Amino acid sequence: MAHFPKPAEGSWTEHFKIDTSPTSYEDSISPEHYEAEREAIFKKTWLNIGRVEQLPKGGSYFTKELSAAKTSVIVVRGKDNEIRSFHNICRHRGNKLVWNDFPREEVSGSCRQFTCKYHGWRYDLDGELTFVQQEGEFFDLDKQNFGLAPIRTEVWEGFVFINFDNDAAPLKEYLGAYAKGLDTYPFGKMTEVYKYRAEIGANWKLFIDAFMEFYHAPILHQKQAVDDESRKLREVGYEALSYGVDGPHALVSSWGGMAPPKDESMVKPIERLLRSGLFGLWDAPDVGPIPEAGLNPTRHKAWGEDSFLFFPNFMLLVWKPNWYLTYHYWPTSYNTHTFECSLYFVPPTNAYERLQHELAAVTFKEYALQDANTLEATQTMLESRAVTEFPLNDQEVALRHLHTTARAYVADHKAEKDQASA
Amino acid sequence: MSNLLPAEYADLEKFADWILPTEKERYAKRLASSMDELQAFYDEAFPRLEAAVPYLKTVSLEDISEEDRNLTYLFCSLVNVTFPVEVWRQARVPDSGASMVDCIVEPAI
Ligand code: FES
Ligand SMILES: [Fe+2]
Repeated sequence: MAHFPKPAEGSWTEHFKIDTSPTSYEDSISPEHYEAEREAIFKKTWLNIGRVEQLPKGGSYFTKELSAAKTSVIVVRGKDNEIRSFHNICRHRGNKLVWNDFPREEVSGSCRQFTCKYHGWRYDLDGELTFVQQEGEFFDLDKQNFGLAPIRTEVWEGFVFINFDNDAAPLKEYLGAYAKGLDTYPFGKMTEVYKYRAEIGANWKLFIDAFMEFYHAPILHQKQAVDDESRKLREVGYEALSYGVDGPHALVSSWGGMAPPKDESMVKPIERLLRSGLFGLWDAPDVGPIPEAGLNPTRHKAWGEDSFLFFPNFMLLVWKPNWYLTYHYWPTSYNTHTFECSLYFVPPTNAYERLQHELAAVTFKEYALQDANTLEATQTMLESRAVTEFPLNDQEVALRHLHTTARAYVADHKAEKDQASA
Repeated sequence: MSNLLPAEYADLEKFADWILPTEKERYAKRLASSMDELQAFYDEAFPRLEAAVPYLKTVSLEDISEEDRNLTYLFCSLVNVTFPVEVWRQARVPDSGASMVDCIVEPAI
């Protein structure tokens, strides 16, 4: 029996006019398709690569390795406070400009200028070439023409995005209605951060699949809960409050689970003691007004969390007890990616609050370990191609939308290229 | 000998090797410990955390003393071992095989 109403069409999937037939996962196991995604998706869409808090002052910078776009990026706050991004390559002979001991490792810090380790060329924070070693040895070298190669950079509510496509629509237009609805959300007050990273042996879309449905949660994660609670969760199964689609982006709106639980005996002793757990703090910190329009679209009393997927690879989860978390999935090949997760809380004022956050973060990691382990098993079996069609249910509508969208980007890009060369 | 922990929590000093400043160290120590060791730590430290809640609410993170910082790290370790002790009876989360998720940034205390 359905607990929450579905659209008039009878299902979310039909409501969004998404094909309900069994789906192919060829898009997650084909090296050729991945190559096409790099061009059609990762070099064409807005990618979130961090937050403004990572660049606290003029001269603050960090680098980001973007294997999918075959580049490394420097993101830096200038003396004028502007945030800019550049390809991390020296204009002299192509050395990677900013790195420490290991060229492939991401770095962060603060500096007055960038100096190349190879022959000492120097660049300003705004990318201008300012110094050339033995400049007189060069042939008519005009330093003005050898600044760092810029990348389009725009900021929405403290989230820093880049886009390799100079013709792409502006960020806010791209992010659409979901971002608009969250425009005044107090992200800036939630600056205490825990970050996790994992190397995952699966296509990037497969991990998004796992986080855009909770159909798996009562089963895969059943050993996380105390016995009675676990049995109850399996019997009830999972239904979202509602699903949403806005262009390439999607939303899963979910009920609140256990923050706080109806029956305290259903949770672990440490959760009762610290009043915290997977769903965050039981007592929400005061953060001022929350933009009601952008969250809990069904206005349900039991609402607990909204998961937004901003296509292609940025997920934003906003929780009722005033905290949020982000997921990023950075492809490194057709069957591997780097997964990043960040939890953001209002900074604790005392040691007790710090421990509450610690419990939420530690709990999150245990779930992520289980989610991650399943993926490699899925990837290897999909690659066997022993079975090539898979039925997805209506609680998996958001992943159907993701794969449909990703395939459409690839097809459109190919059509454009064919047309250009015709 | 100088005190690692506030005087009222001196009884927990025998678990001083759980005073670890990073999640990575706390998690590694958990994996390297037997269930008996985790249980022994939990059995003594959990009631002390229960008793310490009102006190910890008065410990400001702005100007925290070395002893209070150590106590908070010790309780962070306790938080880290609660899943094995309270639910799984094993140090690693079930069904997680060889998967690794590393904490790369965490708030300093
Ligand atoms: S490659 Fe950078 S100065 Fe030569
Ligand atoms: Fe999960």
